[in-house]
Amino acid sequence: MASGAAPYLVVEEVSKAFGTVMALDGVSLTVAAGEFVSFLGPSGCGKTTLLRAIAGLDPANSGRILQAGRDITALAPAARDFGIVFQSYALFPNLTVAENIAYGLRGPAWPKPRRASRVAELVELVGLTEHVRKFPAQLSGGQQQRVALARALANEPGLLLLDEPLSALDAIVRLHLRQEIRTLQQRLGVTTIMVTHDQEEALGVSDRVVVMNHGRIAQIGRPEDIYRRPANPFVAGFVGRSATFIAWVEAAEGLLQAGQDGWRIAADAARGMPRGTRVEVFIRPEDVRLTRPGEGGAGSFPVTVRHWEFLGPVCRLTLAAGPQRQLEADLPPDAAHALGAMPGAALAAEVPPERVLVFAADA
Amino acid sequence: MFRRTIAFGLSLLLAPLAAEAQQRTRLTVYTALENEQLQPLKQAAEAALRDIEIAWVRDSTGVITARLIAERQNPRADMIWGVSVFSLLQMEGLDMLEPYTPLGAEALRPNFRSDRKPMTWTGMDAFVSAICFNTVVAQARNLPRPTTWADLLNPAFRGQIVMPNPASSGTGFLTIAGWMGSMGEAPAWDFMTKLHENVQVYTHSGSAPCNNTARGEYGVGISLDMRAVTLKNQGAPIEIIVPTDGVGFDMEGTAIHRGTRNAEAAKRLADWAVTRDAMEMYGRWYAVLALPGVQPTVRGYPAEFEQRLVSMDFRAIATRRDQILRDWAARFDGKSAPRN
Amino acid sequence: MPETRPDGTVALPAAAQQRVAGDALLLRGGLWITASVLAIGLVLPLATLFVRAFEDRDGGFAGLENFGRYVTTPTLLAAAGNSLWIAAATTAIVVPVAFFYAYALTRSCMPMQALFRTVMLIPVLAPSLLPALALVYLFGNQGMLKGLLLGHSVYGPIGIVMAQCFYCFPHAAIIMAVALATTDARFYEAAEALRAGRGRIFATVTLPGARYGLVSAAVVVFTLVVTDFGIPKVIGGQFPVLATDVYKQVVGLQDFNMGAVVGLVLLLPAIGAYLLDRWAQGKRAATLSGRAVPYAPRPRRQRDLPLLVFCLGVASVLAGLLGVAAWGSVIRFWPYNLSLTLDNYDFARFDAAGWDSLLVSVRMAGLAAILGTVLIFCTAWLLERGTRPGRLGSILRFAATLPLAVPGLVLGLAFILFFNHPANPLGVLYGTLAILVLNSVVHFYTVAHLTAVTAIRQLDPEFEAASASLKVPAWLTCWRVTVPMCLPAILDIAVYLFVNTMTTVSAVIFLYGPDTKPASVAVVHMDEAGQASAAAAMAVAILGVTLSAKLLQLGTARLVERATQRWRRR
Repeated sequence: MASGAAPYLVVEEVSKAFGTVMALDGVSLTVAAGEFVSFLGPSGCGKTTLLRAIAGLDPANSGRILQAGRDITALAPAARDFGIVFQSYALFPNLTVAENIAYGLRGPAWPKPRRASRVAELVELVGLTEHVRKFPAQLSGGQQQRVALARALANEPGLLLLDEPLSALDAIVRLHLRQEIRTLQQRLGVTTIMVTHDQEEALGVSDRVVVMNHGRIAQIGRPEDIYRRPANPFVAGFVGRSATFIAWVEAAEGLLQAGQDGWRIAADAARGMPRGTRVEVFIRPEDVRLTRPGEGGAGSFPVTVRHWEFLGPVCRLTLAAGPQRQLEADLPPDAAHALGAMPGAALAAEVPPERVLVFAADA
Repeated sequence: MFRRTIAFGLSLLLAPLAAEAQQRTRLTVYTALENEQLQPLKQAAEAALRDIEIAWVRDSTGVITARLIAERQNPRADMIWGVSVFSLLQMEGLDMLEPYTPLGAEALRPNFRSDRKPMTWTGMDAFVSAICFNTVVAQARNLPRPTTWADLLNPAFRGQIVMPNPASSGTGFLTIAGWMGSMGEAPAWDFMTKLHENVQVYTHSGSAPCNNTARGEYGVGISLDMRAVTLKNQGAPIEIIVPTDGVGFDMEGTAIHRGTRNAEAAKRLADWAVTRDAMEMYGRWYAVLALPGVQPTVRGYPAEFEQRLVSMDFRAIATRRDQILRDWAARFDGKSAPRN
Repeated sequence: MPETRPDGTVALPAAAQQRVAGDALLLRGGLWITASVLAIGLVLPLATLFVRAFEDRDGGFAGLENFGRYVTTPTLLAAAGNSLWIAAATTAIVVPVAFFYAYALTRSCMPMQALFRTVMLIPVLAPSLLPALALVYLFGNQGMLKGLLLGHSVYGPIGIVMAQCFYCFPHAAIIMAVALATTDARFYEAAEALRAGRGRIFATVTLPGARYGLVSAAVVVFTLVVTDFGIPKVIGGQFPVLATDVYKQVVGLQDFNMGAVVGLVLLLPAIGAYLLDRWAQGKRAATLSGRAVPYAPRPRRQRDLPLLVFCLGVASVLAGLLGVAAWGSVIRFWPYNLSLTLDNYDFARFDAAGWDSLLVSVRMAGLAAILGTVLIFCTAWLLERGTRPGRLGSILRFAATLPLAVPGLVLGLAFILFFNHPANPLGVLYGTLAILVLNSVVHFYTVAHLTAVTAIRQLDPEFEAASASLKVPAWLTCWRVTVPMCLPAILDIAVYLFVNTMTTVSAVIFLYGPDTKPASVAVVHMDEAGQASAAAAMAVAILGVTLSAKLLQLGTARLVERATQRWRRR
């Protein structure tokens, strides 16, 4: 494996157009050896295109891609070093599990006994030993997924590419499998890139997440950074839930004013912004703390409960803070009952200034 | 196993292709002879000339003639064997025939061979146009028995007569040539115009009218004698009538196509075509043969029909063949749309 | 630089890269092969035909003179008119009959549906000459049922329309059955929920749902009739139509220029129909949603019984005509000696080629089936799954659909004009089996191509990407996965090519040589000579071969399924 210093995969200014549509617009990123990176974004953001450009399936129009120091931009897929799991798995339906896994193990490097032992090793790895003679159609979705994974790993590729690998599965299998994939990845130490539109999946398993939008990279960072410190309004809005509104920076350090009613809120992020700057404000539901009216601290403001939604572990309350602003707050059902947070109830709310996300609005 | 089966099947399909490349010289012979004559003739000729193989291209006289003329820049035929002398003379005019006098050709009746030296063609046999008359249909429909061509103008025959299209059929052409010879040209056109009213269909081939009449599709078929005799011998309820007011006749002949790549083999086949053996073969189907003294073995011909043959100037008619056919097509082909 | 892994294997030997380049070259090369086949077998001949229409007999430029001669010759114009109204009449009869027949198959609980489905397909296996010959036995001047024609002659429009109905019926019925089978059951549920009566449901749901199918069926029948040659040749009498005119100009008069003109005229309705059909297909595809719920009819006597009677009627006409032809082929001397004999099958008595012509047909059809299937399937795969076929790909995709618009007779004529040109080095092919095979493959290319494309599109689109990632060349994956999975479709294509090549007359009538006369042409020749029984016998022999091929397909389909489709079972 490549040494820690030099990145294993380098993507430099890669662009790709389909007709007049720019699917990728000057994308650059690096992936370290052994790292698990997810490409996250809404559909059409270019994440799959980027993955396929790295695989060589849809080569880039311009830019460079280096893998382990080797320029692979112009290479055909077969000349590159990767394994891939497709959204549809693309298992060969007329071949058994064993034949599927052994499919790429050919040539003089793979005499029969070696191939057989490698297949045995892989089915063991993905826990399908008793199914080796079955055909894909005889397996469950999750089992098929594991076959696809085993097949992709058979040749010990330097890079594992996962294209929406879990999207065809139902919720419980999905949760289970994504943990399994992560465990397997860490055990094998294989550099992995996963494309997904499911932020929970991306945040849950990745070392780093690449958030993409309109063919560009919106932010690259560790999951927590992406969530807590989004680089721009798109990431703030796309990753996690939040209430959003427009505000202006007031004279006082870190104070924002929104609307005609003089409603104010303190935000650390607004410090240093010139007075009068128009900003977009994002507030996540779990950051809103509710108290009974009058019991709140200095920064608290009155709110009225509009709507109440039971989600199991938490209740989501829709709050009116003034005539035009809505916030959301999550709190455990017991706490909500204790507060008497029923629709129509008047409460006090506060948001820690360090948790208020503020971005200068463009226009 | 599966693959071997496929390979075997493929080799079966392809094998005959490879086998086509044989030792014997292949002569492509264009002919208008009747279908059933081809096989016996081929066998007899190939038995006599062991290193020659005959590949027939057969169609009706008109078609084969048109095809020969159309292909003359890029000829595919080596020989012409069993095609109307009208056609051979037309081709002679276009300089398409290789002059060669086959061994023994001088023994043929003088009017059954080319008058050039060396000869451009040699005759085989002569046949006449005749009326096939279905007696069963005649009884059912109350048709009178015709004895002359003129009898066919009787309105009782309306829709009951079928004759070959002279443009495609040699029999059709010799029939109208015979009418022109016996009646004179203008009366012949007049006759055909009237006859057209009674004709149900002009067929592509010369034997079809008699075949169709034998099956009772029509009462009267104008066809060639040889076909009528064969069918009668097969048991069809037909009578062969050689009209007493003169019948046209045609000779069939043999010629070598100019420019053939197999001239030697073609000459040897031309030699064989005038031998007594060959004449005896022709005599199985035709009553009048080119070589005097050969007794035809065909039965059922009406007696003394040789006397009824009109005198024909073949060369004169041959040179006008195109014109006559154009006139015919203009008069009758156009009008012959649906008539029930 | 190859990277050495901890386990000592070389991850990317330099040879791998070369192999990849070789792969791409192979794939592109494949497309070029198809491109040249279609160029030699379709584009160049048609171009020659087009040019010849503007030339005089000696090869000089004649401008529109030939066309002038065409429009001023009343017989030729009449033939065009005849072709159109014959086609219209046949369409008007066949499409409604096919609609109700298909309706009974898909929308009723009529018994014996499988049997009716089988009987419906029989005419596809027979040469079009066969119904025409059978009609001569039935309605000819000595016909058994002649009285039914009330004194009209079967030789002419009546006979042509009757025979065309038999010949075109399965084509229309198949299209209608597909159109009716793919309607969404939820429309019916909705209509019933809204309390619509049966008549109203039929008028507002069933008919509109099938309307593009109706258009397609009508277009297909119309084109088949306009372009068919065998039927008017046998039973048309003196009734001229476009197809027999082409033949007459070319074979009878050897007037290739006028033949080319008539050929172009014949091409017009065919192209119009082709465009109309593409439009209808596109519209129909748009009305289908992937989530349609299949319609399951419930038994209802008042509907099922009349439909059963109707289908019995249609099926017995189809089977009856076939039976008459078969019976006619074993009659000693129709109509005077009805004792049975196999003498008519002694073909050498009637035609110099004898049984050989059937052998020629089998060889021609066999080669067309094998070579054609390989070519068509590989091309479809390259177009669908090859590495970026590019502009050549889009040209080929279009070219592959063109043969459907070219009548066999026009293609055959174009072939002689092209291959028989003195300057063409490919002229050596003229009259050989090779040219017949090429002609047949091109003639039937489109339907086979569409079958292959449909089958390939049903497979996961990422197979080739997956195999590339596993460093397995695409062609190997095609061989190991795509071909086995598409085997039923491949068999379909092969049998389709075989059956159609066996039965076609129009495309090959200009092209056969001294030793390559196909059986279907022999039928025409024997009929031309008035040998109806022998012609019927040969037509029946052809049917025997195609029927055996079909049965063989059904038989092997089961074996093949057991061997290669095991994965379908859960």
